[in-house]
Amino acid sequence: MTMFVRAGTVCVARFGPGEAAVLNEVMLEVITLLSEGFDRTDPVIGRLFPDVYRDDPALSAELRRYTEDDLRSAKLEQAALLLDALPVEGGEVALDEEQAEAWLRALTDVRLTLGLRLGIADDDVDIESELDEAILKDPTSARVAQLSVYQYLTYLQESLVGALMG
Amino acid sequence: MAAPQVLPIEETHVEVDEVPQTDRPWVTVVWNDPVNLMSYVTWVLQKLFGYSKEKAERLMLDVHQKGKAIVVSGAREKMEYDASRLQAHGLWATVEQS
Repeated sequence: MTMFVRAGTVCVARFGPGEAAVLNEVMLEVITLLSEGFDRTDPVIGRLFPDVYRDDPALSAELRRYTEDDLRSAKLEQAALLLDALPVEGGEVALDEEQAEAWLRALTDVRLTLGLRLGIADDDVDIESELDEAILKDPTSARVAQLSVYQYLTYLQESLVGALMG
Repeated sequence: MAAPQVLPIEETHVEVDEVPQTDRPWVTVVWNDPVNLMSYVTWVLQKLFGYSKEKAERLMLDVHQKGKAIVVSGAREKMEYDASRLQAHGLWATVEQS
């Protein structure tokens, strides 16, 4: 499994073709959610753009009119930056500090999206056992694939935080 | 954004020992979520607020164990700005008056 390591001033990882394809695909899904598929009633959008005032949806909505465009652009930008740096057929990725930070934010958006879709609702959910259970039920199911991707991205992000913090 | 509250003139003589509502500090709160990594949350708090690793880790653990933590306090506009920066990093951040 691909992990980031620190090499001098950059964070480096070598992606296999399958890994690159998967990351490319889930990142594109997030881009769609943030652009043409943008739907305020989607729980994923609710999580990516939470109400700033928890008990005041009206005030939150008012504030959002001023902040949402910037937030959305920033998320689209970091997603595009990740895709730019990722060779579609797989290969080496070397990120300077600024790129690594954008990758961390983009990976967070992807994991939040997948996490919500998978119903990972609290800290007690153990991905390993969720995965075991799903494999027992049907190893070819979409849930098995999505849980594997989620787990892979978790390790990938953890390795990038570690590489960046050195 | 919300307009500042202007009191009618006849109501401006408030009790001196009373703390006006506008003087109570505003805070930015980060809520626990099952997806964000502990290491990532620590990194975000260090990066955005310049906190030491120890302070950032203590706040992260509060979020993780108690479900939420006040990560910064100050003027209302600043808190809204900080919450949006945290949200840009995928953290579940809100603003309230303490």
